[in-house]
Formats: sequence, structure tokens, C-alpha cells
Amino acid sequence: MILEQQLRKQLDTKDILLITHIVLGYPSFDVNREVIQQMVTNGVDCIEMQIPFSEPMADGPVILKANQDSLAAGTTVEECFVFAEEMTQRYDIPFLFMTYYNIIFAYGEEAFFKRSAKNRIKGLIIPDLPPEMAESFLEFAKTYQISPILIYTPTSTDQRMKELAGYGNGFIYCAARRGVTGKKSELGQDFDSYLARCRSATDLPLAVGFGIQNKEDIDVLKGKADMAVIGSRTITLVDTEGTEMVGSFIAGLR
Amino acid sequence: MDKNGFFGNWGGAYIPEVLHQTFQELTAEYTRCRNDPDFWQEYLHLMSTYSCRPTPLTYAENLSAHFGGAKIYIKREDLNHTGAHKANNVMGQGLLVKRMGKKRVIAETGAGQHGMATATMAAKFGLECTIYMGEEDVLRQRPNVFWMEKMGATVVPVKDGSRTLKDAINEAFRDWVTNVDDTHYVFGTACGPAPFPEMVAWFQSIIGIEAADQILNYHGKMPKKIYACVGGGSNAMGIFKRFLEEPDVELIGVEAGGHGAESGAHAIRLSNPDAMPGVAQGYKTMFLQNSDGQMKPTHSVAAGLDYVGVSPILSDLWEKKQVRFESATDDEVMESLDITMKLEGIIPALESAHAFAGAFREAGQLANEDAIIINQSGRGDKDIFTIAHAFDDPSWKQFIIDRGKEYLQQ
Ligand SMILES: Cc1ncc(COP(=O)(O)O)c(C=O)c1O
Repeated sequence: MILEQQLRKQLDTKDILLITHIVLGYPSFDVNREVIQQMVTNGVDCIEMQIPFSEPMADGPVILKANQDSLAAGTTVEECFVFAEEMTQRYDIPFLFMTYYNIIFAYGEEAFFKRSAKNRIKGLIIPDLPPEMAESFLEFAKTYQISPILIYTPTSTDQRMKELAGYGNGFIYCAARRGVTGKKSELGQDFDSYLARCRSATDLPLAVGFGIQNKEDIDVLKGKADMAVIGSRTITLVDTEGTEMVGSFIAGLR
Repeated sequence: MDKNGFFGNWGGAYIPEVLHQTFQELTAEYTRCRNDPDFWQEYLHLMSTYSCRPTPLTYAENLSAHFGGAKIYIKREDLNHTGAHKANNVMGQGLLVKRMGKKRVIAETGAGQHGMATATMAAKFGLECTIYMGEEDVLRQRPNVFWMEKMGATVVPVKDGSRTLKDAINEAFRDWVTNVDDTHYVFGTACGPAPFPEMVAWFQSIIGIEAADQILNYHGKMPKKIYACVGGGSNAMGIFKRFLEEPDVELIGVEAGGHGAESGAHAIRLSNPDAMPGVAQGYKTMFLQNSDGQMKPTHSVAAGLDYVGVSPILSDLWEKKQVRFESATDDEVMESLDITMKLEGIIPALESAHAFAGAFREAGQLANEDAIIINQSGRGDKDIFTIAHAFDDPSWKQFIIDRGKEYLQQ
């Protein structure tokens, strides 16, 4: 509820919103802090913070490595919560957690929601938790007013999209293609008809992610989607060109 | 299995959305096959003509005399084509793939036996084939890698995480979500998202169905105990399933004790308090993990048992106390292997040797008129490098050194 309203308000003044993705503790929380500061200053509208997991099944090489390196450096779930609280206190934009279900399961579902609510987290993206497996999870999401962000993919049938829309909240994450995070997506004709199917299945705002890398990609999405998700691209950017480049990269996207 | 894929508290299908439709189709096809008696007949025919079914039940007279208790029988899954029980599952899924019209198969493999079986099936059925294998396992199961490649499969060494079975599974899933339209993932054990645990256990149940007939034939009554090693749990479920109907037969699963339960370097999920309930690799079971839910490294001399999770069906049977779980250390396994080779002329795979070790500990406590069955899930040929190394065999070492020199000079 809260998340959707917040996004709609931003959409009043912008033709597309930018969501970025960071892996907590990679390469360090200090770098996360700097990167987020540059992202927010340069107009990012929402940030998903990934709590690293040892088995990130839906992630491609860049984010997989970031998960592993973060864990190898000793990142704990507790540190992720503490860092999240610091970020939500400092910045006004909505922050989400992205992680895999075992992290929540191990913490305890209700305890995880309680803590996330206390830390003003607005939504959760859990790629290995389909709604069929999420009965109690979806209940807690309502109780604690944290949006469960569900995912559409090009393999989702129209009927499945409608079904998912019934469980989802905040926005729908539309994966631009099959596969894992990282590789570039073709945003051609097939993609347009897929996005049209997404649009007609739900009234929730649509975010498009997976392989969105530059201004051209985002220009293509304008008028078709409400949000664009930049994932692996900024992680690679920090790896190869350093933290300072993030600001100008983000500023150049829109 | 209930409608959400659970066995009691365990199992389910924790899959990314991109696979939803494929799982609907797979479950529908699997259900059709299960309800079609002709399918099972087709399967039996394939297994008796392409593989070696029914596999024998061997009376191990010398081992029985040595331990001085129960009569020891060995179910010979090593005599399957490709040398392990893995073929039972793979050929079954192969028939399913043909019905679904997919053109490509992928699989994870630990010991390489499942990869071997899949490469074989792909060659026979004319399918493209990619096998994911942890880098550590590529090194320790080199002979299987060679044969897979020779049969036309692409073997991809997985360099992430612990570089063993669980990492190969993750990588196979990444391939599947990318190529879902034309590809079937031949899951190798009774784990993963539903319907895999039930489906794999169904294909493997042929082991126990045969063994029940055979033991009645040779021994005149049901055995007292049945032993199977437990990696993911497919050979164990395969031999146990039929005997779950027999209340007086005790079922014992033997896990990988590695360097010992206290060492932390093991893969004991059920017979030791180290594991906790968790959800990973598409299903809920007992996982070896830390309090944050991060998977821990595991260790076993046997690549096929070196795994953090275990079949949700076995977790359920463990919780309901219908199966007892034990473990055997690397050292016990080498001893059991040695004595089995010397007394019976049979070479069990390192995985299977865990079941032998579990049985040898208890055989002497039973009476002469009792029988036990050990499921020999596979043959040890694939382990020649590991076993030779563990025995520190001088003539083998010299052979490798000489061959190495020969290649260097070329
Ligand atoms: C010979 C053999 N036995 C046992 C196993 C363990 O698997 P499962 O527990 O599924 O039977 C393997 C797995 O690779 C194997 O190759």
C-alpha cells in the first residue's frame, strides 16, 4: 500500500523511475554507503538491497560473485539490518530487501517482517518464493505493511499473471527475459507484446529488470513501463571504474 | 505427496516464476505416466534390454561367515548399465522427455554417475546434453568426465561456492531458467522441487520391488534390515519404498561421516544434530547451514554423498521414525571396501561402501537365520584414482608417474 503510493507520487513528476540494486557487504558496507549516497543524490527513486545468500540460484555471474565475496568477508544478516536502518533514516526514497527465502526462514518469518518494518523497509523481493509456498509470508506482509513484490516473466501465461497480481503489492517486477540476472536483454517487438500482456494483467506499477544497462534501454522503456531496474551494471561499474563513477552514470540515464 | 508437493513438513516447490509453466507441464506429464500402466511396461522393457534389469541379489557367503551373524545379501545396482542405480531414474525421465518433445537435457552430477547415465540416455535418444559438475568433483571423478565427453556431452566444471554437488545444482538451475523452452533438467536424486523427489523415488522403486521378490525366493522370508547410503537419497528411497509396507523390516540410511561427526567435516544431515530445517535448491529439508541460513561446506571421500541437503521424503521418514539414520567415516569406508573386495571380489563405489560399513557394524548382532540386504548403489571403477590414493598404492603411483613422463615427452 504505502510503497505503491510513494511510487505513484514520484511518477507524477517523472516519466520513468529508476530502481538500483546493491549487494550488501560487497565489496564492503563502506562502499555500499558511498554508492547509495551517489545514487540518491543523482535521482534514483528506489533501492533494492540484496542480503547475500550462499546459493543465489536466480543470479548470474556478477551478482553471484558479489554474494560469495560478501559472505566470505563475513557479512551477517544482523549487519544488513543495521545498515538498512541507517539508510532508511538518512534518505526519503523507499528501500527494499531482495534475498532468498532461506534467509527469512532461518531468521523466522514473523521476526523478519517485524524487524524489516522497524527498519522502514517497504518491500521484499524473494525470487525463490512463489505465492503457492508463501501463505504465512503473505499474511505477515499484510500485517506489517511490507509489499511482497511478485515477478512476471515472458513464460508467465495471461492467467498466471492475473493470479500473481492478486497476491502482489507495491509494484510488479517484470523480468525482461528468461534466465538469470546480468546479461543484456533484447527489448524488441516480442518484448513489447510481453509488456502489453503485463500491463493488461495488473493495475500495479510495472518495473522492468534483467539486463537494463544504459540510457538507450531506459528510453525504450519510457511510456511502456513505470520503472527501470539497474542491477548488475552498477556493480560492474564500481568493480571496474570505482565508486566515483556511479553518480555520473546514474545522472546520465534519464 | 500433498498438492503443494510436501511430505509432512518437507518438500514443496520453491521455484523461480520463470519455471512455473514448465513445472505445470512436467507435473501433468508425470501424472499421466504414473496413471498409465503401459508407461511402466515400456520402462521395464527399456531397463531389461538397455540396462541389466532385474539386477541380481548376491548372497555374500564369505562376508556373512566373517561377521558371524546375519546372512548378508547385496543388491547389485552396480550391474546396471553405466554402473550405478542412477540409470533407473535417468531412463525413466528420458521416456518423459520424449513424450514432452524437448530437445535438450541438462543435469548436475557429483560422483559423475548421474552425469554418465544422462549422457548415455542423451546419446541413445538423440538429445543435446550438458552436464554441470563441481570443479572438485571433476578432479576426483576424472574417468566419468572422460566417458561423458566421449558420448558427446559437454561437461561444465562449476567453480563457484564449494565446487561440489550443490553448486552444480545451482548452475543447472541457471541454465534451465535460461533455456526452459527446449530443455529438461534431469534431476539426479530424490531432492529438488516437486515433483522431482516423488518422481525420482518412483523410478528408483524398481530396486526394492525386485529385491523383495528375490529375497523371498532365496531366503524364504523378509530380511530383518536393509542398508543404503544416503546422498540425496535416491538409491535409499529406491530400495526402501517397497519395504515401507513391511513393518518388521528395519530400514537404515547411512550418511557420510567424513572425518567424523565432531570434526565439522562431514555430510551428516539426519543422524547428527548439526543440520537445521531450511529451504534451498527448490525444496525444504534438513540442511547443513549456519544460524543465518548460509549453507556450510561439507566433506566426504565420496563425491556423491558430499551434499548439504537430503531428500524431503527421507526427512519425513526420519521425523516419523520409519527410517533410522547412521553415518560412516571416510576411514571406516575404506576398510569396508577393502574387506569386500578381498572376500567377495566385489568393488563397491565409495558411496555404496558407506552402506556396507553401516551393515558390517551390525551384522554380527543378528542370528544366522536372519538376512540383511545392502544396496550396492554403484561400482567402484570410477573411484580408481581416489581409492588408489587412499591405499597409497605403490605400483599404481609408479604407473601414473611413468604415464605422466610419457605425455610430457610428447
Ligand atoms: C554410486 C552412487 N551411490 C550413491 C549416490 C548418492 O546418491 P543418492 O543418495 O541419490 O542415491 C551416488 C551419487 O552420485 C552414486 O553415484
